Amino acid sequence: METVAVQPKTKLWTGGRSPFNVSYGKLMMWYFLMSDAFTFGAFLISYGTIRFSQNFWADPNHVFNAFPFAGHTNLPLAFVSIMTFILILSSVTMVLAVHAGHNMDRKGVEKYMVFTILGGLAFLSCQAWEWTHLITGDHQVLVNGAIQHWGTTTTHNPWGHEVMFNGTEVATPGPIAFGGYFFGITGFHGFHVFSGVVINSVMLIKTRLRHFEERGHYEMIEKAGLYWHFVDLVWVFVFLCFYLI
Amino acid sequence: MSQVASITLDHHHADVAQVKKIWKTFWLLSVITAIELGIGLTIYTIHKGAHPNPTLVLMFKGMVSVLTMAKAFYIVSVFMHLGDEIRNLIMTIVVPLLLFIWFIGAFLYEGNSWKNNRNTNVHTRPAIEQQQTIPAEEKGKKD
Repeated sequence: METVAVQPKTKLWTGGRSPFNVSYGKLMMWYFLMSDAFTFGAFLISYGTIRFSQNFWADPNHVFNAFPFAGHTNLPLAFVSIMTFILILSSVTMVLAVHAGHNMDRKGVEKYMVFTILGGLAFLSCQAWEWTHLITGDHQVLVNGAIQHWGTTTTHNPWGHEVMFNGTEVATPGPIAFGGYFFGITGFHGFHVFSGVVINSVMLIKTRLRHFEERGHYEMIEKAGLYWHFVDLVWVFVFLCFYLI
Repeated sequence: MSQVASITLDHHHADVAQVKKIWKTFWLLSVITAIELGIGLTIYTIHKGAHPNPTLVLMFKGMVSVLTMAKAFYIVSVFMHLGDEIRNLIMTIVVPLLLFIWFIGAFLYEGNSWKNNRNTNVHTRPAIEQQQTIPAEEKGKKD
């Protein structure tokens, strides 16, 4: 009599457990973030396509050279590097909140969630200043032989070729797509930061109300953390596409 | 009793190592960002010069892109703990994203051929585009 012992090839897919060894909510958060990555990717690739189709594009070092309270000092990339640093730092405090959650350290989670929310708010404030500066900026632009004063909006781009006019160097209108892409993509990202701040605030309140302590785990903090890190991840690419290259 | 103590001690050790790893990643990301800024300012000075070298600028832009990919890797694998998940899960996230390789290549190529079409067949384009077209001798001067 021969007994054939049928060994299951893998224990992961035989049912009764999550084959990916994560909870449903966390897995779905990952798939949401993947689809969101495609949304942002589509925006950025569309921007790249239009930019590649133009002979001239605005020089980011020229456009983004302002700093709060610094007047007209030429400081290329300075302000945006501070914004980047704020977002990286708030990502670190988020990781530390998740870590405190693993240790069931409610006070630690609260502390680091407050830091993360403050980081998000600081980033949003920086972006508000940057947008205001661009939109209300006053640049001399030569249009049909006369000087006009333009800010950067979705319909006006004062960052075109520079020409000599009456002995001074003035700009001509640049590709109109610049403002639309810049405000569209950084705005979509800023909206993600805003919703991240709201989600983190809800998590902070739930932590303070001891909801997670009673539940026995802080997995909701992990899920909010995934979203927050994704926002940081997207900024890394926005920073590359709009400010660096 | 001593067993319990050693377990908490081990846990504590793992804890400290984890926090250390987080801060190490933070410094790594900051240093990479600082290098990126340095390259950005180098591109700025090259553009300001009398004869910007397009190949050199392209090389620096490529370097920044590679550094950005490194930053993305560290954020996803350490901060988002994707590196700690099991392989199958990692693959279901990463493999679909490989489509981006084709997206980026195809669409940038498309944009570039639009530019070439505009520059070479100016008179065959609709009137509204002709007005916005910069003459062909500008081609390749500025990226």
